[in-house]
Amino acid sequence: MVAPHVLPPYGRFLGITAEATDDGPLFVMPFTDAVVGRPHFVHGGALAGLLEIAAVGTVMAALADVPGASVKPINVTVDFMRGGRERDTYAAAIVSRLGNRIANVEAFAWQEDRSKPIASARMNLMVRRPAKEEG
Amino acid sequence: MSVQDRPAAGSGFDVTAAARMVATFGHNGALGCRFLEHGADWAELALDYREDLIGDEETGVLASGPIIALMDMATSMSVWIRRGAFRPQATLDLRIDYLRGAVPGRTVIGRGECYRLSRRVAFVRGQAHDGDPADPIAHVTGTFMMTDEA
Repeated sequence: MVAPHVLPPYGRFLGITAEATDDGPLFVMPFTDAVVGRPHFVHGGALAGLLEIAAVGTVMAALADVPGASVKPINVTVDFMRGGRERDTYAAAIVSRLGNRIANVEAFAWQEDRSKPIASARMNLMVRRPAKEEG
Repeated sequence: MSVQDRPAAGSGFDVTAAARMVATFGHNGALGCRFLEHGADWAELALDYREDLIGDEETGVLASGPIIALMDMATSMSVWIRRGAFRPQATLDLRIDYLRGAVPGRTVIGRGECYRLSRRVAFVRGQAHDGDPADPIAHVTGTFMMTDEA
């Protein structure tokens, strides 16, 4: 199992932590003042941020054996299904396709019940693989 | 109120008060979103560059998350302005195209527009740029559901 890559400053701003599990990286965002939207609910932008961090982190974990690989977001479509309450929010992602240049990823966020997502995201990412050294 | 009725800009909706809330409360406050200006169906907000919002430490480029949060707020405000009231609504979906990375150090300006308002659903679109509106960094479309309508 490959550990998720180090989270960027924005991930730390949201208070997100990541851990490696048998099913891939699992991301947790605690309920803090930095993520509140309307009172007592998680902000949609913070949920979108968590889903993007989960999508990127899961692709980076899948690219762990490619030295110097990096990704850039092309787009993201976020569906908001339930309000996020005053508790931890979890997120995980599935890499539907990992190509040479493009990765297609789906990410899900949930709170008490993984089968009841509060938001999901579909994301296209540009994958950069450094040219292999000749000889 | 019929579907076609459109409240006059700002009627019953104190944009300045909403802007104050944007600047101080919760996630938007933590991001430091600033209200710039508005029209009959649009609102413009600013997000200043900050090192703790970086998504790529090698390049210093802002993460995409703060930009989607900025556009969520700008498009939300455009709905309240067009409705002429601060009413409860829920984001159904938001799609964002990241046209290019924002240049490190530059303030990001996000403009959201409510281009169609029906009784239950508001349709929004918007763009973000980092200095030149003709050279946008992101394009967004989304829908909100009015949660106070039957």
